[in-house]
Amino acid sequence: MGEHLPILQVILPLIAAPVCLLIRHAVLCWLIATLVSWVCLAIAILLLLQALEGGAIRYQLGSWVAPWGIEYVVDRLNGFILVIVAAIGAVVTPYALRSVAEELPERQIGLFYVMYLLCLSGLLGITITGDAFNVFVFLEISSLSSYALISMGRHRKALHAAYQYLVMGTIGATFFLIGVGLLYLMTGTLNMADLAEQLKPLAGSRIVLAAFGFIVVGMGLKLAVFPLHLWLPNAYAHAPSAVSVFLAGTATKVSLYVVLRFIFTVFGFEFSFVGQPFGPALLVLAIAGIVVCSLVAIYQDNVKRLLAWSSVAQIGYMLLGLSFATALGLQAGLLHIFNHALMKAGLFLAMGCVVLRLGSCRIEAIAGVGRSMPWTMTGFLLCGLSLIGVPLTAGFVSKWYLVLAALEKGWWPVAALIVLTSLLAVVYIWKVVEAAWFRDPPGTAGRIGEAPLVMLVPLWIVVAANLWFGFETSGSVDVAKAAALALMGAVE
Amino acid sequence: MIEHVVLRVIAKLLAPFIVLFALYVQFHGDFGPGGGFQAGVIFASAFILFALIYGVENARQIAPPAVAQAGIGLGVLLYAGTGVAGMLLGGRYLDYSVLAHDAGHGQHYGILIIEFGVGVTVAAVMITVFFTFAGRRGVLEAREDTGVPHDGDDER
Repeated sequence: MGEHLPILQVILPLIAAPVCLLIRHAVLCWLIATLVSWVCLAIAILLLLQALEGGAIRYQLGSWVAPWGIEYVVDRLNGFILVIVAAIGAVVTPYALRSVAEELPERQIGLFYVMYLLCLSGLLGITITGDAFNVFVFLEISSLSSYALISMGRHRKALHAAYQYLVMGTIGATFFLIGVGLLYLMTGTLNMADLAEQLKPLAGSRIVLAAFGFIVVGMGLKLAVFPLHLWLPNAYAHAPSAVSVFLAGTATKVSLYVVLRFIFTVFGFEFSFVGQPFGPALLVLAIAGIVVCSLVAIYQDNVKRLLAWSSVAQIGYMLLGLSFATALGLQAGLLHIFNHALMKAGLFLAMGCVVLRLGSCRIEAIAGVGRSMPWTMTGFLLCGLSLIGVPLTAGFVSKWYLVLAALEKGWWPVAALIVLTSLLAVVYIWKVVEAAWFRDPPGTAGRIGEAPLVMLVPLWIVVAANLWFGFETSGSVDVAKAAALALMGAVE
Repeated sequence: MIEHVVLRVIAKLLAPFIVLFALYVQFHGDFGPGGGFQAGVIFASAFILFALIYGVENARQIAPPAVAQAGIGLGVLLYAGTGVAGMLLGGRYLDYSVLAHDAGHGQHYGILIIEFGVGVTVAAVMITVFFTFAGRRGVLEAREDTGVPHDGDDER
């Protein structure tokens, strides 16, 4: 069965989804979704280990040979992303049992797991495939299912948020498809490795440049790069809690992976960074995103929306690492993908617990909640510290490497800016912590209990991971370094 | 539109031929233009035509929503199952060559089965989408009649 692991990674959730559609029973569907998520995580870890040891794993669908058939390729970079996506999925599903039962009407719960499984399958598929058009197909699977997931939020605003995302996401996917179409026009191939070869003599072509623009802008929309981010805060704020956790930890990361894959593997480092001022453009957008969105986050009074704005700012840090166009910068960016998935998942998990008990996560509603839900809010605090980048948490590690990468380039102001903007994170995290721990609970509120164990355990697994990867950094740093070197090495 | 006798008769006459044409497009898809997507849409259009003339309620009795929704899942399962069958018979996922005694026949069977899966899912999705939108009117009218207020709009 070992040789089939790359395809099993994608088709297990893809097959489980229609099975859940036929069953429709809430608990049975949950059980299937949980089992599949865990198996997917096991497969992802096995694939990453194989890729780290023996180099890229290739799998030809239908035994059609590579440039003609669709090929799945697992190397160090996407093995790393697969583990992130599958791990977030494996943490979210046990948590979803209570959270979803509380937030969704009974008849929609089965469908929720169908959509979740499709979304998981789509995200894993985008990551694993070595075919440019196949990326688009899986992008649509994951996008359509995430629109449906977001619209399941319990307020009518969720419908509006989902619709907004649908419009923006469709534009993004269309741009991406136009870009892939232009590449196909120029080269007659869709296989990424083959594309890379065919594009080398075409570096001066304007059509290839246009394709580059379409692909980067299209994925930029899905990735919520600073000026293209407007769909994200509403989508994350109004989605059901479990969906916020899952999407915050995976969707934008996978989009960033696609950008990395295209600019490094397909177009190549020379074309992307030397032939055109892509690095400086990215640098400006990243810094603007970090500063503006951190400031906006400070003024939010809905905690989920606050975290969503912070996500856009954190995407800026990842792009900042990329914009340095050095191996160290790339490594820092990849590390931040991993660490940000951990900390944002933790924060949204904690907020899901609060929503379960209070039915709201507005700042005034959560006043004093730290006293009645100490475990939840301690988890929130620890993940918040990680988001800020306090030493001994995962967030510190990626910020540290970002600063190192900035200093390596000799960009002192950028290094200073990374540290300064972390202070903005202190402000918005403190705003929540202050309300939860230091304010008196509203007099009308009845006595509320701690969140159920089935939700606390996933939260604390993520919290523990935040601390573990801040303390024992060799694992994540080494994998990110190997992936970054592979990306840079592929071109030099 | 049930009061228009011409529409009523023509719709009844045409429906079986639309279904037949859908099946032709479906199973001739590997030799000529056609395939699962087109066939599924044509198949569903017979039901949609029927529903337009004879009313959604009558159409629902022919294609109950539960059956249509099951069709969505079954078609995908048929597709994915064929892929897995190739895997279990010693090939790779979606490798049809191992499905029969020789590769040529295997490819032929494989493409027929997965296209049928596509057809079932597309037809079921089209019918479900139509019923969902068509059924919406009843829901909205019921809501206005009973004066049920819309869901709370308070932001959280």
